This record gives sequence, C-alpha cells and structure tokens, in this order.
Amino acid sequence: MTEPIILFENVDKWFGSFHVLRDVSLTVGKGEKVVVCGPSGSGKSTMIRCVNRLEEHQAGRIVVNGVELSDDLKAIEAIRRDVGMVFQSFNLFPHLTVLENLTLAPLWVRRMPKREAAEIAMHYLERVRIPEQAHKFPGQLSGGQQQRVAIARALCMKPSIMLFDEPTSALDPEMVKEVLDVMTELAEGGMTMVCVTHEMGFARAVADTMVFMADGAVVETSPPAEFFSAPRNERTRQFLSQILAH
Amino acid sequence: MRNDEQPSATADVEEPSAAVYPPPGEAGPMRLMGWARRRLFNTPTNVALTLLCLWFLWETVPPLLAWALFNAQWTGTPATCREATGACWALVGEKHRLMLFGLYPYDEHWRPLIATLLLLGMLGVSSQRRFWRRGLALAWVAAVAVMAVLMWGGVLGLRPVDTTLWGGLPLTLLLALAGIAVAFPLSIVLALGRRSDLPVVRAVCVGYIELIRGVPLVSVLFMASVMFPLFMPEGVTVDKLLRAQIGIILFTAAYLAEAVRGGLQAIPRGQYEAADAMGLGYWQKTVLIVLPQALRIVIPPMVNQFISTFKDTSLVTIVGLFDLLTSVKASLADPEWRPFFIEAYVFAALIYWCFCFLMSRYSQRLEEDLMAGTRR
Repeated sequence: MTEPIILFENVDKWFGSFHVLRDVSLTVGKGEKVVVCGPSGSGKSTMIRCVNRLEEHQAGRIVVNGVELSDDLKAIEAIRRDVGMVFQSFNLFPHLTVLENLTLAPLWVRRMPKREAAEIAMHYLERVRIPEQAHKFPGQLSGGQQQRVAIARALCMKPSIMLFDEPTSALDPEMVKEVLDVMTELAEGGMTMVCVTHEMGFARAVADTMVFMADGAVVETSPPAEFFSAPRNERTRQFLSQILAH
Repeated sequence: MRNDEQPSATADVEEPSAAVYPPPGEAGPMRLMGWARRRLFNTPTNVALTLLCLWFLWETVPPLLAWALFNAQWTGTPATCREATGACWALVGEKHRLMLFGLYPYDEHWRPLIATLLLLGMLGVSSQRRFWRRGLALAWVAAVAVMAVLMWGGVLGLRPVDTTLWGGLPLTLLLALAGIAVAFPLSIVLALGRRSDLPVVRAVCVGYIELIRGVPLVSVLFMASVMFPLFMPEGVTVDKLLRAQIGIILFTAAYLAEAVRGGLQAIPRGQYEAADAMGLGYWQKTVLIVLPQALRIVIPPMVNQFISTFKDTSLVTIVGLFDLLTSVKASLADPEWRPFFIEAYVFAALIYWCFCFLMSRYSQRLEEDLMAGTRR
C-alpha cells in the first residue's frame, strides 16, 4: 500500500452512554478508494465525520494528511481545507446561487481572486455536467443535480481527500446513476475517497477496499473481490445476503 | 431571466375555485346578482349575517363620512367650527406647524422640515434594492451630517437650537429610526451571544435580554431620565434626548434579539456542518451562511418590532420630550381649539398609520424579493 493519508488508531467515541465507535482502526492510503458499509446505526457515518472533526473522538488517535486531530483549531481548519465532504442531504446554501455556492470557500478560505474562483467553479460544474445551472438557486434543481453541485463545491477547494456520507440515499432512484457516474469518474482520476454507501454495484466497480462495520466496530476489511465472494465474518455474510437478495 | 426558469414559481399559487367567480357569459349587474346569491344569500344563516352586516355598515359609514368629509370645516375659526356638525379640520390648518415641529423655534421651522424631507427621501432611495451600493452608505453619512447641522445649528450662521426644543414628527422619526438602526445590529450580537458556546457570554446575553424584557419601556425611560443622572459624577450631564434614545435602543434590542434567535434556530444543522466542512471560521460561517438565511426568515417578527418601536416612541412624553403625539396634544393648549381634540388625535393617528403601513407593505415586498428562487 502507498503511504497512509488517513489513520484511525483504536478510536473510541460515545454519544452519552452509547458506545458509537468501538476501538476503530483503519488505514487509508493515498489514492485509495474505501467503501464503508454496514447496517444503520453501525457508526459508519460517525466514523467518516470524525475524519474532518464534525464529530469529536474521545479516545485513540486520528491522523489526516500527517496532522493529528486534537482541540487545536488551526489543525482542524487545515484538515478541513484539505478534505472535501458530500452529505446525504446535499446541504447546499439555499440563499446563494450554484456558482456562489462553489466559489464561497475558495474566496473566503483560500482567499482566491474572484475571477480565478469563478473559473475553477465553472471547470468543476462542467465536470459534473451542469454548467448551464450556474446562475440558478439550489432550490430550482433536482436532487441529483443538487448532489452533483455539492460534489463540485467540495472539489473547488482542490481537496486531497473526498468523504461521501451516503451521497445517494436521499435521491430518487432515477437520479442515483448520474451521481454515481460523477463519483466513478472522480475515482478514476485518482482521488482518495472514503464513501459510506449501500450502492454495492458502485462499490464493486470502484473500491480498492471494503470496510464492513457493525455495532460501532470494524468487523471486516478486505478487497471487494474477496468481500463479495468470500466474506469471512458471519455478520458480513448476513448483511450481504440481505442487501443483495434482490 | 432567472425567475422564468423556476419550475415551481407558480405552483404555490392556488387557482381560486370556480365558485368564487361568476360563470362567463352573464353580463354586468346580472353577474353581481348571481355572485351575491351564491356567496351571500345561499343559506338562512348567511342571509341573516349579510343583512346584519349591511345594517351595521348603513349605521356607521354614512355618519362617519358625513362627519369626516361632507360636513367638515376645512377652513375657518373655532366659532365657525362650533356651528358646524362635522369635523373641524381647520384646527389642523391652524396648528399643523406646532403639531409637526413641537417647541422648535417657530421662525426656524424650515430647518426640521428640510431635515425630515431629506430623511424621507433617503428612506425612499434606500428602499430600492438597485441603490444598495457603497455609495448609499456614503450618502447616508452625508445626509445625517446635513440633518444634524440643520437641527442643531450653531454653524454656518444657523441659530443653535437645543435638543430640549426638538419636537414633533422629526423627533419621533429620529427616536424610531435611530433606535431601530442601532438596536438591529445590537440584537444580532445578543442573539448570537445567547447561542454562544462560551458560558459567560451566554449568561450576559440571557441576563440582559430577560432583564430588559421583564420591565416596561416606561420604566426603562424613567430609569434613563431620572435615575441615571443620580449615578453620574457631579457636573457630568448627558443630554436628555440621548438618554431616552439609548433607553429605546436597549429596549428594542432585547425584543429584536429574541426574534433573531428564532431565525437562527430555524437554520438546519446541515448548513452549519457544510460550512464547517469547507473550513469556514465562526464569523465567516455566521455572516456568510447563517445570518443571511436567518434574517430572511425573521422579517415578519422583526418588522412587527419595528412598528411597535415606532409607536412606542410616544412614551418619551413621560420624560418631557415633545414627540409627535405630545406636540399634537400641546396644540390643544389653546382653549379656543380645545373642543376639537378628536380631530387632533385623528390627525396624529393618520401620520402614525401612514408610516406603520408603509413599513408593513415594504417588508412584504422585501420578503417576496428575497425569497424569490430560494425556496427549497
């Protein structure tokens, strides 16, 4: 494996008395595509949200891009600048146009000149195939278009890691493909990606590593070929038989 | 055009059901008759209610119109007014300068008049979104300077006029607008503070808001005017008008802060998370993402408070300031005209109503403009 860019070492987290992450250890190499799956409530979203400190871990170490996550705000801001995130519910800013959504962070966080930010924004809008929507508001787009805008928005910061937290779960079925196509292209471009998703077709095609979580713990980590054909763990087998049954 | 492409722009507008409109083909009075039969006389209860309403209107509207318009005295003296059965608008003609400008020296009334017109002009310009540019801020600075010079005088050969002599409509507008303009940013700070993670900041903001909201404006004004000077060192005096103005600002800010907090709470958590995830700092997140959305949501309760503040300025009468209402009252000091106090108060009420109505209508338009295209 190449050098690790995300490192989880014995990470624990509690929501009150609920033990949501149990001794999670995980290594993601540069350019690696990791797909995290597991039943709902298994802690996969919490895990991915720990990477850019949307959630705080309480024990263990998390190192992203060589920077360890702690209470140091500077370290957190440095990591967030370098980690793009796509949410289940898009979380576009409804009062800003698509273009303004895309240029916001480059302008204010990267302090980029306006022209340059707009050029980069248009470049990524073209990559997600909706440049013609640049001057509309998010509320005027379909769910699939909104999620593609959200992906482009994250890419505008030129991140070295992209996190996807169930990016297609809130979409109508006919819009899932357009989002997955964009993600596949991104993967082919060499981006480091961590995706929480139940899209097993996507996982099979794109993932270098499958991670299966249950009850807050990482139960199985294996390459997709092995993961789908010969899962080692009973829980994994059960989950796969449920999700692939139809 | 951006709006033309909006797919759901008209989807919210409900087509009125066919029954509301008469069927096509019938003409003029027949349509009206048909409509009335269907909508007003369709059941015995509706017939009774319709007749009751008609009787009520018959009893109230014609006498009111007769008093206010047809039998009114538009010019004349108290003597001719006493003989007439209608309203005595001659009073307004006779006393309007006292009503509008209070104790301000009579010969200098042109100064508050120009200041007021300038202020209204600036408000009119500022209400147009196409003028919302940097130049407008500069224009306001200049306008405020001109208004201050006009009102205070003492320079450019203008006679100095002490603030204790300011009065009438200019005073009411000053108290209300300066109150709103300063209380608004203060209220945002208070609302943000109340939701802060820092316990001391939160405690101070909660304490302030709850304290001020717990007492009537009258007592805040009284404190500012009577108690406050007692705590000041010997020889230090703060202008009475300024003290009342600060009282109004503090009071309005506490109420506005709660309205703003409502807006802050309405912003979904995902908005904060998206802003966090892209590395925006607290103030960037607040100014660029949270406040623009939150303030849009709270336009109605905010304007409610603005209107309330505008009318509450009439309470400064208890600390001896001559606002519009007090000036109108003062104009009745003349025993000859005193019997026509109703006309005086109607006149004052009309002025208050005009301003409040304009605020209300403007806020509705602003709301529509800002919401266009941003519906989720």
